[in-house]
Amino acid sequence: MLQIHCPYCNETREEEEFTYGGEAHITRPLDPESLSDAEWGDYLFFRKNPRGLHHEMWNHAAGCRKYFNVTRNTVSYEILESYPMGAKPSVTAETGDKN
Amino acid sequence: MDKYSLFNLFNHARNYHENWQRAWRNPTPKKVYDVVIVGGGAHGLATAYYLAKVHGITNVAVVEKGYLGGGNTARNTTIIRSNYLWDEAAQLYEFALKLWEDMSQDLNFNVMFSQRGVLNLGHSLQDMRDIERRVNANRLNGIDGEVLQTNEIQDLVPLLNCSPDARYPVLGASWQPRGGTARHDAVAWGYARAADAMGVDLLQQTEVTGIRRSNGEVVGVETNNGFIGARKVACVTAGNSGVMAAMVGLRLPIESRPLQALVSEPLKPCLDTVVMSNAVHGYISQSDKGDLVVGAGVDAYNGYGQRGSFNVIEHTVQAICELFPAFSRVRMNRQWGGIVDTCPDACPIVSKTSVKGLYFNCGWGTGGFKSTPGSGYVFAHTVANDNPHPMAAPFNIDRFSSGALIDEHGAAGVAH
Amino acid sequence: MQRNRLATGGRIDRQQSVSFTFNGKTYQGFKGDTLASALLANGVDVVARSFKYGRPRGIVGHGAEEPNAIFQLGKGAETVPNLRATQVELYEGLDAYSTSGWPSVDFDVMGSLGALGRLMPPGFYYKTFMRPKKLWMTYEHFIRKAAGLGKAPLEADPDTYDKLNQHCDVLVVGAGPAGIAAAREAASTGARVIIADEQNEMGGSLLASTHSIGDQLAATWLVEQLAELSALDNVLLLPRSTVFGYYDHNFLAVLERRTDHLGLTADKGSRQRMHRVRAKQVVLATGAIERPLVFANNDVPGVMLASSVSTYVNRYGVAPGTALVVFTTNDKAYQTAIDWHQSGRIVKAVVDSRPAPCGAIVKAVQALGIAVITGSGVIDVVGKKRVQAAKIAALSDDGQEIRGEIQTLECDLIASSGGWSPAIHLSSHTGAKPRWNDSVVGFVPGESMQQERSAGAGKGTFSTAACLYEGASAGVEAAKLAGFGDGLVSFVTPSTQELPEEAQQALFLVPHTKTSSRAPAQFVDYQLDVTAAGIELAAREGYESVEHVKRYTAMGFGTDQGKLGNINGMAILSKALGQSMPETGTTIFRPSYTPSTFGAIAGRDVRALFDPERYTATHRWHESKGAAWEDVGQWKRPWYFPRGSESIHDAVNRECLAVRNSVGILDASTLGKIDIQGPDAAEFITRIYTNSYLKLAAGKCRYGVMLKEDGMIFDDGVTACLGENHYLMFTTTGGAAGVLAWLELWVQTEWPELQVYFTSVTDHWTTATVTGPNARKVIAKVCEDVDLSAEAFKFMDWRDGTVAGVKARIFRISFTGELSYEVNVPAHYGRHIWEALVSAGEEFDITPYGTETMHVLRAEKGFIIAGQDTDGSVTPADMNMNWVVGKTKTFSFLGKRSLARSDSARENRKQLVGLKTLEPSTVLPEGAQIVNDPNEPIPMAMQGHVTSSYFSANLNHSIAMAVVKGGLTRMGEVVYCPLADGRTVAAEIVSSVFYDPKGERQNV
Repeated sequence: MLQIHCPYCNETREEEEFTYGGEAHITRPLDPESLSDAEWGDYLFFRKNPRGLHHEMWNHAAGCRKYFNVTRNTVSYEILESYPMGAKPSVTAETGDKN
Repeated sequence: MDKYSLFNLFNHARNYHENWQRAWRNPTPKKVYDVVIVGGGAHGLATAYYLAKVHGITNVAVVEKGYLGGGNTARNTTIIRSNYLWDEAAQLYEFALKLWEDMSQDLNFNVMFSQRGVLNLGHSLQDMRDIERRVNANRLNGIDGEVLQTNEIQDLVPLLNCSPDARYPVLGASWQPRGGTARHDAVAWGYARAADAMGVDLLQQTEVTGIRRSNGEVVGVETNNGFIGARKVACVTAGNSGVMAAMVGLRLPIESRPLQALVSEPLKPCLDTVVMSNAVHGYISQSDKGDLVVGAGVDAYNGYGQRGSFNVIEHTVQAICELFPAFSRVRMNRQWGGIVDTCPDACPIVSKTSVKGLYFNCGWGTGGFKSTPGSGYVFAHTVANDNPHPMAAPFNIDRFSSGALIDEHGAAGVAH
Repeated sequence: MQRNRLATGGRIDRQQSVSFTFNGKTYQGFKGDTLASALLANGVDVVARSFKYGRPRGIVGHGAEEPNAIFQLGKGAETVPNLRATQVELYEGLDAYSTSGWPSVDFDVMGSLGALGRLMPPGFYYKTFMRPKKLWMTYEHFIRKAAGLGKAPLEADPDTYDKLNQHCDVLVVGAGPAGIAAAREAASTGARVIIADEQNEMGGSLLASTHSIGDQLAATWLVEQLAELSALDNVLLLPRSTVFGYYDHNFLAVLERRTDHLGLTADKGSRQRMHRVRAKQVVLATGAIERPLVFANNDVPGVMLASSVSTYVNRYGVAPGTALVVFTTNDKAYQTAIDWHQSGRIVKAVVDSRPAPCGAIVKAVQALGIAVITGSGVIDVVGKKRVQAAKIAALSDDGQEIRGEIQTLECDLIASSGGWSPAIHLSSHTGAKPRWNDSVVGFVPGESMQQERSAGAGKGTFSTAACLYEGASAGVEAAKLAGFGDGLVSFVTPSTQELPEEAQQALFLVPHTKTSSRAPAQFVDYQLDVTAAGIELAAREGYESVEHVKRYTAMGFGTDQGKLGNINGMAILSKALGQSMPETGTTIFRPSYTPSTFGAIAGRDVRALFDPERYTATHRWHESKGAAWEDVGQWKRPWYFPRGSESIHDAVNRECLAVRNSVGILDASTLGKIDIQGPDAAEFITRIYTNSYLKLAAGKCRYGVMLKEDGMIFDDGVTACLGENHYLMFTTTGGAAGVLAWLELWVQTEWPELQVYFTSVTDHWTTATVTGPNARKVIAKVCEDVDLSAEAFKFMDWRDGTVAGVKARIFRISFTGELSYEVNVPAHYGRHIWEALVSAGEEFDITPYGTETMHVLRAEKGFIIAGQDTDGSVTPADMNMNWVVGKTKTFSFLGKRSLARSDSARENRKQLVGLKTLEPSTVLPEGAQIVNDPNEPIPMAMQGHVTSSYFSANLNHSIAMAVVKGGLTRMGEVVYCPLADGRTVAAEIVSSVFYDPKGERQNV
């Protein structure tokens, strides 16, 4: 059971206060009508689903109700960072995952 | 292949069981195979079996990174049923159920398929509408099913709390008598033994690290034991499908999540059917060993850790105590998790890919075990003919572009 | 007569005699006994019959490892199945039963079948019972009856359970020497420490120790240490508390048995409590479990673990026999010979597999005049229900072969020790991969995956002095990492005067003159009757992975989870495959360490507290009027209001007629309400809904449909413009929370530049819907400051006003198709307003109605209910609601692009239509499937299904809504619903608007 740091409340709280929001950094296409069905389907459904570092959204549902991003290892479940919406992760698969 | 029978058991007993043959060989890999199946779970082994039996393709290897049947085959709660809502899913699962009914005899391996019936409880008026809709669809699709009233449910499951004073009273249920459970490990072993007997090579402790292509076509797999040539590669690696797809630069509409289960200590028979409740979020059966086998929900977030969050276990056990107040004093012996690949519509992908000679069978979510024979059968057909089996066609990956999803969330509900 | 009770010694209270029954017979024990020690004191040998072969079984161990003494306690609702007698504290009136053996454990039918056992090698059931096919369920019936241990209770649990969330700096698991040293040292830094131990007394191995620590007896030292720990404010001691699982981010589950030592049920308070511990750091001082040796007939009652024999003698004052043979591969078990000797009973011999042991303790034993037979092993046992003799043979130096003659040594107790296996379970739960250690002859904890470290025997460190030092070091290290202390050990390790030990021998399966397959059974897993021959057979058949062997033979699947047998089994497998232990590896340990009560895992969240019930402000009024209830999400909503002996149909017909003919009142407070404010509110709502809100003026309302990005309808409702940049959005009752999360998701993650803010105000307001042709007259009686005229206050307007003295918002929106006013007041005034409206309506016979009537009335109008007529696979076009989709909106609203996908835009999708049964009084069941040709063979081509269906009292015929393939182009066609009861109902496809198709009644 995870302990998650909310960057807005600046508190590390129990997983039960949060809801999962799926893969982070997926941008809604600005002009959906210009996309093919396949391109639109890719945006809708296809996900990285990595074994290892994953940037994902969480919502502090029973707290400040804010969405934020988390970098988590999907194997060890270690959380490497929490960062606000709109920010970039400081840890990525390229910059190094100690697991 | 040693025939398994009571007669032979007597014969071998006279020799203190010293002369039983191996259930399968430990072969040395050949240079090249017609088909390499990646993943030695029950789906992969079933695929190999039907490739050999139905399509006569025996130059086949099943490549398994661990031991046969060690993934979700070993970790599920063994529920089998076919009462899915939509025609496409119902047909596939019903086809599988029919294969289940003959599997022990077909494989000469008792998989202990026990048709003790499956109840899906309804706790709200909308649950009951959904149950009516699904059972009616099942009936017209030739799948057994009926809607039971609360008193009929109580007769079937005396320990179930059918009181109108329950927080979410049982208002009724769907009942599929032909559903039930099977001995999960035996399914993998039975298919393995039968496939091996037809010449399929089962390569355990062999991990695929890459898929080699040449001119856009598959030519084989890289493994920790070296390169193995293949004219076709069929991936059936539940819990790892995304990783396999990434090897050829593909993404899938899949998220991999922990799905947990637990068992009680063994008890004398006290629960004769499978009881599932989507609304209260618990499902339970009793194994032949006497354990209460309890399934929890899929965890809320992606993970490959084969363990899940304890609060999911707590909620599940609350549901079981709510449904069966007498089980509150029973004790949990063991809990574990598997990793399920979940698709947005709770239906699988059985499909060719954009890479020639590469096939994927994945995304079964919580429906994997019950589909095993059907999945293997239609996937073998798809691989053998380079063309989807008619029953597999709706489960093409293109549906995520066209929008022709087969939304089985209602029928899939909580994990099962 | 406690014939095996020693005259002196032990930690029992001989002043307090305790009587108990076992299998109906009454015995006496003492306070401080376990059920197992009391049974042994009374000379009860056979306590169980084995699972497969029905062999008599006795008590083997003294703790969590015990595989045989698994009992049912008590009867009726209080009964508890499968308790381990070694962990059950004795109390007055305890009532225990064997869970095996028929008709009794002393005479068992299965046991007398004897040779038939040979037909049941591992996996025999995979090889047979296949023909005839139809008989499998019969075979299985008998297999099931034979399996299982105790019986589940048949009644609801009379006890309650609770939970505590605990936070600490250092959690110490296990209160043996290492754990106590760790807790003491960690606590001295000021860190908050919890120390949990599964036994009733803390002390672990020290409780049965005859050794000294410093200049004190171990027991005295222990008392001092525990007193010091108890006195500290920063230490919480949890005895009788099993840490049963180690989860992510240092979350550990601890089960405290609060009253089980007093009786089956708790007199007051909770029976058991689960501590949900989030620890910054963890010290695992979980000790080790002795490993029995595997030899022929090693399951005969009277074969026990060496340490268990010592424990019964030293801790409980019980000598479970008269003449002892110790069989060992190591120095430690010699202590058992000393303990037994000092109890005044006979030690026949110590049989040591090592060729020439000559350590200090060997000499000490010899000095007592005890025979030590070296380079030998017990290879077989004589006796059936009790050991009568041990067969002893000389072994080769490596212990793998028999050399020389076999001698028979009479004895009634064999204490065996194959070494000790560290209890690495909790470390394994974290994903740490156990490592094989040749000198420990066992698996030790792998590299830590969490903030934890092991110390003491749990890590393979066995001397008391070393355990104390290792524990102390672990304690200060944990404290330091948690932010306390300097990491230096302050504790001076006391002298323990332990004798130096010689190396042990790695021996698991003791050879027999015959091969395993032909020798008498050599048991590895007692509870599941797994033998050495069984494991070898599995390997021979190709089940080579340790997991395959486990699953094929069932080794380790019992309630002891292989604590006793697994290492032996793995070693036997390794030998059969000619590989090393690290190559074989171990199976993965899973929670629970020992079985944990479901009720305790569930805690308080059962029965009335299973899920909150949400009530509206007028709930009690509804209750007083005898409302029948419908569960809608967590809400309790009035379903209908039966009068007298009315059936649901009578009541609903009456309520429906009342609304259309005069006036009705509905509690609509459960509808979700979201207050939306901000300069970009209208833009935001327009992106979320399919239609536009940019031009919605203050005082106006608009109905909208919300799609997920896949284009499928997800919720619907009315949104009102309250003022500049201020809106109120109504959602469905069940969808409220999901819609709010959906709005937050989009504004926070995709459009942060939009200034818009949401507040859930569902519970803030009571909504009373007054509807029917007389609605205006009713409202007029209680509201004077709003011009209610049709010209001034139009359909889809809303007004601020005062209703019965309360500031209210009145919405002229309608879900019945009648003239309607939805009166919203702050919830605190809800009951007042409700009663004021009801009394104002008395002269019009205002009729309260529930959700069922609401459903019928809206269906007469063809209004959909999201979640009933939609199922996550329908678009607005499918619902014949293209009128609600803004075609000219500049922004591509959520879901819009998906509507153009090839499948979503295709012809012949299922579309919402009305159905009128040809026989007007027949009401189609909701969920009925629709076909074109009722005579088509199965499988039939289904065209759609009935989503809503009712008898309409107003129209005096049944009505139904359905989705039908291409339905909108099939008006007037007849379709068929083949029902489960054999009837086929024919119905005509009609418009889904059955009543007042022009919508005139709501506009008056």
